[in-house]
Amino acid sequence: MMPNAILLKTPLSESDVTALRIGDRVLLNGVVYTARDAAHKRLVELLERGEPLPLPLEGQVIYYVGPSPAAPGRPVGAAGPTTSYRMDAYAPVLIGHGLRGMIGKGARNEAVKEALRRSKAVYFAAIGGAGALMARSIVSAEIIAYPELGPEAVRRLEVKNFPVIVANDVHGGDLYEEGVRLYAQDA
Amino acid sequence: MRSIHVDDIVRTVRDLAMRANTELGEDVVRAFEAALEREESPTGQDILKRLIENAQIAREEKIPMCQDTGFAVVFVELGQDVHIVGGALRDAIEEGVRQGYRDGYLRKSICHPFTRQNTGDNTPAIVHIDLQPGDHFRLTLAPKGGGSENMSRVTMLTPAVGVQGVKDFVVQRVKESGPNPCPPTIVGVGIGGTFEQAALLAKKALLRPLGSLNPDPELQALEKDWLEAINRLGIGPQGLGGRITSLAVHIQMMPCHIASLPVAVNIQCHAARHKEASL
Repeated sequence: MMPNAILLKTPLSESDVTALRIGDRVLLNGVVYTARDAAHKRLVELLERGEPLPLPLEGQVIYYVGPSPAAPGRPVGAAGPTTSYRMDAYAPVLIGHGLRGMIGKGARNEAVKEALRRSKAVYFAAIGGAGALMARSIVSAEIIAYPELGPEAVRRLEVKNFPVIVANDVHGGDLYEEGVRLYAQDA
Repeated sequence: MRSIHVDDIVRTVRDLAMRANTELGEDVVRAFEAALEREESPTGQDILKRLIENAQIAREEKIPMCQDTGFAVVFVELGQDVHIVGGALRDAIEEGVRQGYRDGYLRKSICHPFTRQNTGDNTPAIVHIDLQPGDHFRLTLAPKGGGSENMSRVTMLTPAVGVQGVKDFVVQRVKESGPNPCPPTIVGVGIGGTFEQAALLAKKALLRPLGSLNPDPELQALEKDWLEAINRLGIGPQGLGGRITSLAVHIQMMPCHIASLPVAVNIQCHAARHKEASL
């Protein structure tokens, strides 16, 4: 279904992500955690106070998603990525505490890219809006923190062959810049 | 005089909300297929294939094609010889949205601007009523997601900038939006009218069938030219580089004040959803 895709299992090791280059297609397996704007704010506040987090960070991957409600018999509703730049203010702190990967859509700022290089982490793009397709790769979903945030609650997702594209690698590559440069036709 | 009961309106709006979010129009799927033929970027090709697959899964499994099931924007064409009975039209539309978003397991994304407290049922709806001659009653429901709506803009240009100035504004808006509105997009452009009318024209332009030609030959030429300029930007599917940044530019134009040149760009993500029904 995805030719030349790299299969990876979470949690990711440093060597897992160091081997990745922008444009690589990856199928993720294992557990990823969801967290959006409000959850990120709370997680960073906990870290600043030196308090424990409701999820592990070491080697883990966070997916920026606010799923639609699950219909009966389904683990989750539609579950495509949300725009990542809103998490830019928080991501470097989480990366500094061991977060190895993020999944979202759209470009990241310089501080996030610097954190990826420094701490050996990766930013994956999932296809924005492809919520039905992405949901198919989610085997189970369980709210583990902040249920009061509704779609923004922190969930533990078990994923099977979850399709993503490497958008920013540990070597400073940025597909949002280099991909566009490659195809732009005006000087 | 023809009577329409509000219960029928509630039922219709409920059905439109669920169908609009799960059944992507065939015109959009055909545009993805045509784009796939022209896309040169392997990543872009892969994304377009997955968008076609996504639309198919959503339709077959009746789950939303996108988790952002949007603000419910409802266009009403109301014949002046129609009598709405059993309650208020506005209340019926709100109730239809409430039921559709609940029963369809659609995400409720509407909140208080400052406290961000969710209204819980995706109401209020945005309702545009167009009073027309005759006794027909037509509803169009277009769920509008936040990602692409955030990239939309309205501006007041000086008349001196002319066609080139409007084109520059439109192309620049798409360029600055980059990957954020989930390309490949449809670019709705409203030119003329007043400040608020330009925005409404741009939104209405998004309802036109994808691939349809503008009946005005002058605007048809502009749509083609601006689309080419946009697709030279290299943004590509999802902003990861490629030939297909937008699937179409749709322009709606009307006269404006001698002092003004209002222009609105309403960007629509690839989930170009809307469904219509006549009662």
